[in-house]
Amino acid sequence: MTAMPLTQRPASALSRFLHRHEAWRGWLLLAPAFCLMLVAILFQLGSTLAMSTWSLDGYSVDRTPTLGNYSAMLGQPMFSALIGRSLVVATFATVVTVALCYPMAYFVAFHVHRHKALWLILLTLPFWTSYLLRVFAWKVVLGYEGVLNTALIGLGIVQEPLAALLYSQTAVTLVLAHSWAAFAILPTYVSLEKIDRSCIEAAADLGDGPMRRFWRITFPLSLPGVVAAFFMMFGPMDNWPAGATLSVVMIVTIGLAGLAFLAVGRLVGR
Amino acid sequence: MISLRSVCKSFGRMQAVNDVLLEIAAGEFFSLLGASGSGKTTLLRMIAGFEAVTSGQILIDGQPMQDTPPHLRPINMVFQNYAIFPHLTVRDNIAYGLRRLGTPKAEQARMVDAMLELIALPGYGDRRAHQLSGGQMQRVALARALILKPKLLLLDEPLGALDKHLREQMQMELRSLQRQLGITFVLVTHDQEEALTLSDRVAVMANGQVTQVDTPSGLYDRSRTRQVAAFVGTMNVFDATVRTDGSARIADVAGLGVMALNGCSQGRANGERVLVALRPEGLGLSRTKPAGPAHAVAGQLQARQYLGRRQLLHVKVAGRAAPVTVATAAARGEDPWSGDEGSPVWLTWAPDAVSILDPT
Repeated sequence: MTAMPLTQRPASALSRFLHRHEAWRGWLLLAPAFCLMLVAILFQLGSTLAMSTWSLDGYSVDRTPTLGNYSAMLGQPMFSALIGRSLVVATFATVVTVALCYPMAYFVAFHVHRHKALWLILLTLPFWTSYLLRVFAWKVVLGYEGVLNTALIGLGIVQEPLAALLYSQTAVTLVLAHSWAAFAILPTYVSLEKIDRSCIEAAADLGDGPMRRFWRITFPLSLPGVVAAFFMMFGPMDNWPAGATLSVVMIVTIGLAGLAFLAVGRLVGR
Repeated sequence: MISLRSVCKSFGRMQAVNDVLLEIAAGEFFSLLGASGSGKTTLLRMIAGFEAVTSGQILIDGQPMQDTPPHLRPINMVFQNYAIFPHLTVRDNIAYGLRRLGTPKAEQARMVDAMLELIALPGYGDRRAHQLSGGQMQRVALARALILKPKLLLLDEPLGALDKHLREQMQMELRSLQRQLGITFVLVTHDQEEALTLSDRVAVMANGQVTQVDTPSGLYDRSRTRQVAAFVGTMNVFDATVRTDGSARIADVAGLGVMALNGCSQGRANGERVLVALRPEGLGLSRTKPAGPAHAVAGQLQARQYLGRRQLLHVKVAGRAAPVTVATAAARGEDPWSGDEGSPVWLTWAPDAVSILDPT
């Protein structure tokens, strides 16, 4: 009788190596995504950075490195005023959006028991149309002869259309909040969904009423999602070199603002 | 201390807890023992206030509590998965309830230190949940509940996730802690050994109902139903018919012959089909036919389970499909039935070890 072979066929050197070294298996799995990120982020960031040091010579680009763009920008008060204004609007819009989306995420995470996936899909509905269409849709609502103004005039509340409805920071905030709701709801929902329900029960057991339970357990444990939502919201021109310079300044500004926010989050989380 | 009066709970059409009546005394270590799905955890969660009762009353010190939300009940609980707050340190976890009460900071620190001492984890105050082992988390959960000096502590399978050695150690610690603090403990477990070791009294549950409430030895020696008997240890159960033999009641058991029924046959009619039960300790085994009037049955030693000083011997008897289990004790250095599998043996039993069970 011939002996049965121990294995069907010998393992290749690569599979033997991978079997033995778990870390390398991880790296291999990570590699495709990692390469993509490397190209998509680092290359793009690098080219933006390089371009910001070029200058425009008539209709051609002069590739000699120079900090001229930066000094020009910093010398111009309008640029810093614009960046400041953008930061204010972005912060306001982000805070409003996250605050409005938190209850929705909370509701789906804690009070929806059936058809959860359907709810989540419906929440991302505004995202299904193009950004431009969404903005124009709001114009229909808020515009000079829009739904709201017509209704207000029809009801006799105002005599002539309110221009302030459309051309204001409030309108910008409203449209941004609506457009980006899905980006705020989904991370918040994920972190709320992950909270161990028995932790909330334990807080009740230790004497905390519903409000205390929320501020002492649910909210701190959902902070990772809230932070993620903040970053997603906070993040979203033909002289290219000058545009690149502006982008670099914006990235640095947003990065600093993000770091400041993270630091505050740390303190609150304690 | 706690009275449960006709407590019922149904989830939709499913009756999870059905008409439970229990009285638990102050300072008692009480266990709810049952298989999964028996309703024991639902009952505990109703006492804690996490589930509303469908009908019935829960009284604590005479006060109806069934409509009080959990955060207003003088009860604390140790959760099955411990539910240690992951964003807080051990120290902040233990002090959690005190912070709401507005206990002065210095007093809080002193009490937390005393608790850390009590649970034998001094120096662990600054760790977080993910830096603790299962046993350590269990102790932190215990400290977090005990620091509020509850009247009643509920424990939901608190030792289930621990390995055997640690579990036995924690059982001893739980028991001595309960004695030391004098707090009423109500423990939910599916582990009969744990319930019998720890408790003053045990309620056995099945299908949402309490089948029997008794002391551990009472449950073992006077099991009322087949299910209780099986749950609290090994039991030989035989189908039998009750007969009258002169003034005495006897039972006819296939393969084993006639068994005397002392006392336990009260209220049984002549010819009634019953379940006769014998604990393995109530049976004896010998190699030769024993002398004297005792009834003995011949059999064959089929298998042996060595459990240290004690062993379980499974004996095949002609006319019975399942073997009869006998427990014997050996003296130090002896292993009397070693290598005897397959040899002929004689079975005997003490008449007072025979009892009758309800068939449920």
